[in-house]
Amino acid sequence: MSNYVLPESLETIKADFHDLEIRDRLQLLLEFSNELPELPERYSEHPDLLERVEECQSPVFIFVEVDDREIVHLFATAPKEAPTTRGFASILVQGLAGLTVQEVLDVPDDFPQDLGLTEAVSPLRVRGMTALLGRAKRQIREKTAA
Amino acid sequence: MSIETDSATRFADYAHPDRLVSTDWLEAHLGTPGLVVVESDEDVLLYETGHIEGAVKIDWHTDLNDPVERDYIDGAAFAKLLGSKGISRDTTVVIYGDKTNWWAAYALWVFTLFGHQDVRLLDGGRAKWEAEGRAYTTDRESASTVDYPVVERDDAAIRAFKDDVLAHFGNPLVDVRSPEEYSGERTTAPAYPEEGTLRAGHIPSAQSVPWSKAVAEDGGFKSLDELNAIYRAGAGLKDGDNVIAYCRIGERSSHTWFVLTHLLGFEGVRNYDGSWTEWGSAVRVPIVKGSEPGAVPVR
Repeated sequence: MSNYVLPESLETIKADFHDLEIRDRLQLLLEFSNELPELPERYSEHPDLLERVEECQSPVFIFVEVDDREIVHLFATAPKEAPTTRGFASILVQGLAGLTVQEVLDVPDDFPQDLGLTEAVSPLRVRGMTALLGRAKRQIREKTAA
Repeated sequence: MSIETDSATRFADYAHPDRLVSTDWLEAHLGTPGLVVVESDEDVLLYETGHIEGAVKIDWHTDLNDPVERDYIDGAAFAKLLGSKGISRDTTVVIYGDKTNWWAAYALWVFTLFGHQDVRLLDGGRAKWEAEGRAYTTDRESASTVDYPVVERDDAAIRAFKDDVLAHFGNPLVDVRSPEEYSGERTTAPAYPEEGTLRAGHIPSAQSVPWSKAVAEDGGFKSLDELNAIYRAGAGLKDGDNVIAYCRIGERSSHTWFVLTHLLGFEGVRNYDGSWTEWGSAVRVPIVKGSEPGAVPVR
């Protein structure tokens, strides 16, 4: 993986965070938080289809779809009282949008630690995003193995 | 030069009613010179989504914990932090936060380690303020820096370490985690090992009193009678008892520390902030599983 290059979408998000002062990084995370799309009806009406990410202190649920072109679609929901968790989910929803199964599986598991958020948010909390990414990848593996 | 306390009758029965203010009181006193309102949340971004006018933010993790060692910041760092938030040694501080004041109580407990005299909780925290439709602002924090003296932490009075707990057996211990954490049955998803602790269960002889039992439906604290029923009649605590409370990392037990110390008036209550993340990974300490407290270990 030494020649590994992050997909452009994730690289842009990472660069956007690193370009900012620590305190402004929280503002950017808040923007992501506000941009988390509503769930499509097929999930908002069937919360049972969503998987809860237990590692996050706040209730956050994710669901991954893989379409017939092997493109990954990630859906997530978290309450407005948990803006950090919403922000983490939103970064992944935007950053992974349009990527193929292989591209998502290739994203380094420690990508969340490289975002420049550990100082602003604390390493402990960033673990919640690592768990989100891990669960998304596991769902993809399960779906593509079937 | 502290600010008048909230004389609301519903606080009058508590041992230290001056430690609580109501949402009405706070709204009426916003902007009073000598008062600083502090928001302290579990979610590090919640303050940015909207907060009480003029409030400053103090984060338990990025502000109050030492970034390297598992400990709180020292006197110099605390002085710098509080000074930067416009708090001086005689400021009246009112703390509020999410999750029914878990983290607000934790911040209040840390302020107490440094001997800050006048520090109070907003009864009901963020949720009550919000439920009552009171105003928030998204203005950026704008405190003018003031001088706060360097005062070293005094851990002896209200903080317990692992060795203190081992020496404490025979005196009351209160485990404030959920019943599932207390009994040691963990429900983690397959292939996801429990993070942080290696063993499950509780410290032998600890009574299980989940922290949330102290909270009323509106998010404020229960009445003195109700609290007495829980902690005295229920958990068997008596006047003169020397109590240690613990949870997983010390935040929920700060909430119980506040209830026992300031509402019920127990003296010398200590919070074991190492809590289960330390005890459950320590070598050769006694652990009991199941829903019974278990016997006091013979040492």
